[in-house]
Amino acid sequence: MSGDLLLKLELRSNPNMLSVVRGAMERLTEVFGFSPPDCRSVTRAVDEALTNIMRHCYLGKLDQPIEVACSRVRRGASAVRVEGLEILLSDRGPAVDPSKLRGRRLDEIKPGGLGLHFIRQSMDTVEFKRLRGMNQLRLIKYLQAAKQD
Amino acid sequence: MQISARRVDKTTIFDIVGDIDLANSPQIRKAVLHEIREERAAKVVMNLTKVRYIDSSGVASLVEGLKASRDAGSRFILFGLSPAAREVLQLSRLLKIFEVYDNEEQFLAS
Repeated sequence: MSGDLLLKLELRSNPNMLSVVRGAMERLTEVFGFSPPDCRSVTRAVDEALTNIMRHCYLGKLDQPIEVACSRVRRGASAVRVEGLEILLSDRGPAVDPSKLRGRRLDEIKPGGLGLHFIRQSMDTVEFKRLRGMNQLRLIKYLQAAKQD
Repeated sequence: MQISARRVDKTTIFDIVGDIDLANSPQIRKAVLHEIREERAAKVVMNLTKVRYIDSSGVASLVEGLKASRDAGSRFILFGLSPAAREVLQLSRLLKIFEVYDNEEQFLAS
């Protein structure tokens, strides 16, 4: 389920494109009306998700397709309707087992395993799906957020 | 991203300009580990004043630098954290394990 499409990006799995997407997300979140900390959170989540796709789904190959689609979504009854920004990230890598998607324990001091923590801490909704041969990660951040159960 | 090194006695200060992400964190990791393991710097200092963004791979490079410096008996120091860099270290609960100063003057006075 998606709302009003705001922005769609198609890119290859080259890490040099990360700064380009961050630039676009910084502007989009500002225009959407998020606070500066929330703009940084959403941008960080998208950046980390793309990094995970490039590293773990495409194993560092530079020419594989990734799609980022950003839409306006709404939840709640009309009187208390809250708007949110939904970001769908799609890749054609091997199927991801959602049960294996977990970051490392934060009380361990070691490099790596932080990206998923940053995504979960930044967003209100984080969902993984396999759809028509594609991995799809759905992220939502609401303007007046309450964490989903 | 640009990285350059200033060496004074046994202290090396890395001046980094630009974002640190998957595209360039291996370069930072390599430079830092070389300075600690090969050059045997007593203090390796990361000037992050002109770094607006650090991703998880950048944080991992800093953690590797810290661990290598502990193994070598040297100090690994950060200064000039931007709000985004500070946030990312706080989110990962790693801020408290680093020796952090606000700016170069504060580090030099330490």
